[in-house]
Amino acid sequence: MLATILAIATLAIIFGLILGFAAIRFKVEGDPIVDKIDAVLPQTQCGQCTYPGCRPYAEAIANGEAQINQCPPGGEAVIHELADLLGVDPLPLNEEHGEHTEKTVVYIDEQICIGCTLCIQACPVDAIAGAAKLMHTVIEDECTGCDLCIPVCPVDCIYVKPVTETINTWKWPLPEVNQPTLKDLLDLKHIKQEQQS
Amino acid sequence: MTMRLWKIFGGLKLAGHKTMSMEDATEATPLPKILTLPLKQHIGHAAEAIVNVGDKVLKGQMIAAAKDYVSTPIHASSSGTVIAIEERPVPHPSGKTTDCIVIETDGEDKWIERVENANYRQLDASALRNIIRDSGIVGLGGAGFPSFIKLNPGPGNMVDTLILNGAECEPYITCDAMLMQEHGRKIIDGLNIMRHALQVERCIIAVEDNKRAAHTMLVNALQEHEAEYIDVVQIPTLYPAGGEKQLIKTLTGKEVPSNGLPINIGIVCHNVATAAAVADAVLEGKPLISRYVTVTGEGIEHPRNLDVLIGTPLNEIIELCGKRSEANQYIIGGPMMGFEIADTNIPVIKTCNCILIQNKKTEAEFVMPCIRCGQCAAVCPAQLLPQQLYWYARAKNFDKTQDYNLFDCIECGCCTYVCPSHIPLVQYYRFAKTEIWAQEQEKKSSDIARQRHEFRQFRMERKKAENEERKRQKKELLKKVSGKKDSADDAKKAAIKEAMERVKAKREAQSAIAKNTDNLTEKQKKEIAEIEARRKKAKEEN
Amino acid sequence: MSSIHSSPYIKTNENVTRMMLAVIFALIPGTLVYIHFFGWGVMINILIAIITALACEIGILKIRQRPIKPFIYDGTAVLTAILLALALPTLAPWWLAALGAAFAIIIAKHLYGGMGYNPFNPAMVGYAMLLIAFPKEMTAWIAAETHGLTFLNTLNFSLFNTLPDGISYDALTMATPLDTIKTQLSLGYTLDEVHSSHSSLFGNLAGYGWEWINIMFLIGGLVLIFIKVISWHIPVAVLGSLSIMAMLFNFADSGSYAPVSFHLFGGAAMLGAFFIATDPVTAAASTKGRLIYGAGIGILIYVIRTWGGYPDAIAFSVLLMNMAVPMIDYYYKPTVFGATGKS
Repeated sequence: MLATILAIATLAIIFGLILGFAAIRFKVEGDPIVDKIDAVLPQTQCGQCTYPGCRPYAEAIANGEAQINQCPPGGEAVIHELADLLGVDPLPLNEEHGEHTEKTVVYIDEQICIGCTLCIQACPVDAIAGAAKLMHTVIEDECTGCDLCIPVCPVDCIYVKPVTETINTWKWPLPEVNQPTLKDLLDLKHIKQEQQS
Repeated sequence: MTMRLWKIFGGLKLAGHKTMSMEDATEATPLPKILTLPLKQHIGHAAEAIVNVGDKVLKGQMIAAAKDYVSTPIHASSSGTVIAIEERPVPHPSGKTTDCIVIETDGEDKWIERVENANYRQLDASALRNIIRDSGIVGLGGAGFPSFIKLNPGPGNMVDTLILNGAECEPYITCDAMLMQEHGRKIIDGLNIMRHALQVERCIIAVEDNKRAAHTMLVNALQEHEAEYIDVVQIPTLYPAGGEKQLIKTLTGKEVPSNGLPINIGIVCHNVATAAAVADAVLEGKPLISRYVTVTGEGIEHPRNLDVLIGTPLNEIIELCGKRSEANQYIIGGPMMGFEIADTNIPVIKTCNCILIQNKKTEAEFVMPCIRCGQCAAVCPAQLLPQQLYWYARAKNFDKTQDYNLFDCIECGCCTYVCPSHIPLVQYYRFAKTEIWAQEQEKKSSDIARQRHEFRQFRMERKKAENEERKRQKKELLKKVSGKKDSADDAKKAAIKEAMERVKAKREAQSAIAKNTDNLTEKQKKEIAEIEARRKKAKEEN
Repeated sequence: MSSIHSSPYIKTNENVTRMMLAVIFALIPGTLVYIHFFGWGVMINILIAIITALACEIGILKIRQRPIKPFIYDGTAVLTAILLALALPTLAPWWLAALGAAFAIIIAKHLYGGMGYNPFNPAMVGYAMLLIAFPKEMTAWIAAETHGLTFLNTLNFSLFNTLPDGISYDALTMATPLDTIKTQLSLGYTLDEVHSSHSSLFGNLAGYGWEWINIMFLIGGLVLIFIKVISWHIPVAVLGSLSIMAMLFNFADSGSYAPVSFHLFGGAAMLGAFFIATDPVTAAASTKGRLIYGAGIGILIYVIRTWGGYPDAIAFSVLLMNMAVPMIDYYYKPTVFGATGKS
């Protein structure tokens, strides 16, 4: 009996030493995880995740303070990439933070703009060109569609428009397959319930 | 002559449907009223218009110049006036519009002054390539890659074989076959020019063995000395033996590396029609302004090949061949790799090799689940696993699709053809490819957005720091100035204080001196009173 | 989702229904020979299994809200039912075939996602379940060419468990040749002794009657390969590895190990190699993978037959290799065109 206990204890000590040695000797110095997370996020800087920008959200995820499913502009693609990166299970998008919509940009109605520069100060990527009492214009190529400029405009002259698809940005659609997935059936049930009520 | 040929993996034997459009000789189409020339008829950057609305142009005049390296100019297909430069519908699966130059023809069909280079051998390779580039020549097999780039071996690349692709493996299409039959000599002239540009020794022209007449014409057109370095070879009829990589394997046994180009193994491959266009351009100074188009299908009364000016409206050439009333499916290209269009009011462009019109019976096809039969993998000429690509593309797991070499897929359609469950496999792969490209594009934009955001933050910090600095300096200055002011005040105050004290002292001193009216005795008081009385009396008397 | 359809715009005429029909037709010669030797029991089992399978399929498609017509007409349920019925003993009661078919369709096929998604061969799952749950009924085999059992007699027995006067259940039922060899060998007899003491059981190649059934299934299978409904890799790998195993052990000790011909033409070897193991949904996808898959099945058949607990091993071998298929697919990928060159 004693011999068995001693034997197992000795084995445990030996294996423990091996593991400890391996943990120190073969330790992998990885890149800071925050940079990697930030590289995945869409950089819209919209704040819908409740953090003031993509970098703070990345830091919060790295600290474990935030979930990976709080980014509506990133949508499912970003959630899956983050799940892969961090080795966790992907979660469905948290709808409290917003819906994943088509990419949009904003434009300023120049007839109404009064040149107050409030939108310029609000834009997180400096996509609005202009100066005080001079015309403001949105540089469409740089606009990320974060919509932060819209609430600050005192004359409500900023509107949202979907990004126009050109022949160069057109994508082949997913083929129609007439077998409903579970999600389709659940949606159907939801629609039927709505119709009945 | 018999050359050793290699077998390719997979592929299908398809019904050719070629004889129906090869019964008549090719005819040139009549001059259309309007020519619509898109600025992008090739792979690469769109050309930029160098004419304005209202300009008169001559046939063969350059109306749009190439922009950047991978780009080609556009030429007017006939003389006339530019009536518009605007967005018009073009041949594309999306049915969208793009910028086009619209020319109203004047009927005269007048050429510009052409430069003919019969002695092209005196020109050096790079001058030759410039002529080819300035003639707007692109790969006429359907891809539309600017040909002059493929005639440049590039630094450090040795080219040992030049192949002309006359295989035309897709069913229904016969434009290359007719060109080889009717202009075999021109093709060989073009081959010689390309050979000179590439400085290559050996040339092969490959023709499928169902095109006997074309093969014979080419062999007969060879001059004696040319037969020493040019092999006109018949390859077994198989779809897609005409695919560039498959053709190279068949003729040389070498496999183009995955994600690589034929130049990596010292081979350059061009279409026979491209060679003919090169001959026209160099020997006669004619830029690429027309091409052979096959108009065929069950929905056409009189299927045949036409020599069409680039920019001719498609519906005009369909009218020429007679459209049947049941015709309802319009495909540009062949049945395996072409794309459907809804509206035929679009122009013929450099890459349109065929318009196929069918009487499709509309029945909603039921797609069964994949039964993992593996027939798709058995026919894939790129030796991929279409089944796995399908599962991952459907799950939108794009990383895994790339692990299974999605971008090696040549979209030939063999897998979809054999699938017993009728799953639209190629559409899944096209979807995956365009999604991946879109994602890469988004990543680039988000990287730029991140940089702008970081710079903005840096700018705000900098502004803040500058403000702080200014405030601090101002405060410093103020402090110094206010310090001087205090001491002056103090001095003043001190002076005033001194003066006041002097006065006070003086007063006290004065008061300290006893006044003789103080402390008077009684006697003195009586005497003062008497004196006062006498003074008063004296005053009153005066 | 839109109505843009990509090329190709021409398709083969082949579809799942035609493939299943081809397989069913290829089974007919073997089935007819089976009926000739062992009576009507197998016919009744097939009918009961088909009816139950179709009924279950319709029911569960309705519950899953899937379109019914295309999935019924594709013939996969019918094929599963036939294969299951061919594996059952001739004197099995009606509820055995029905239960097996229902289990195969509902649990082994639809609970995993329906056609195309099941990892295990449904017919073999049904058979394995019956074998483990009802061992006594699953041994109700009869001798070849038993006279005296008409169609109505068999039907009567199947439905109502009554036999005509003069025939007892125990007299009718007997062990299959495979079973006999297995028990006798384990008792210590040599092969020659078994052959001489049970000579009526054995024909030229293998069990009497069984050898002809297997020959017919072999012919059906070769026809399927010829018309390209199945590929040659799996049957060749199964039979090849089975033969090699049998040859090796028979060579080592010909008294205790059955020869190659016995294994190839005995039991359900040909049926398994050409019709069961080749089920595309549950087999490996790539050709290299298929060879490994087939070889694994062949080896397992030999192992279970010789040293395992059951006389015939097709079902368990197939099910065990079905389990290994995802790993086989992961490791055996074909080389892509141009993979050997530098990029």
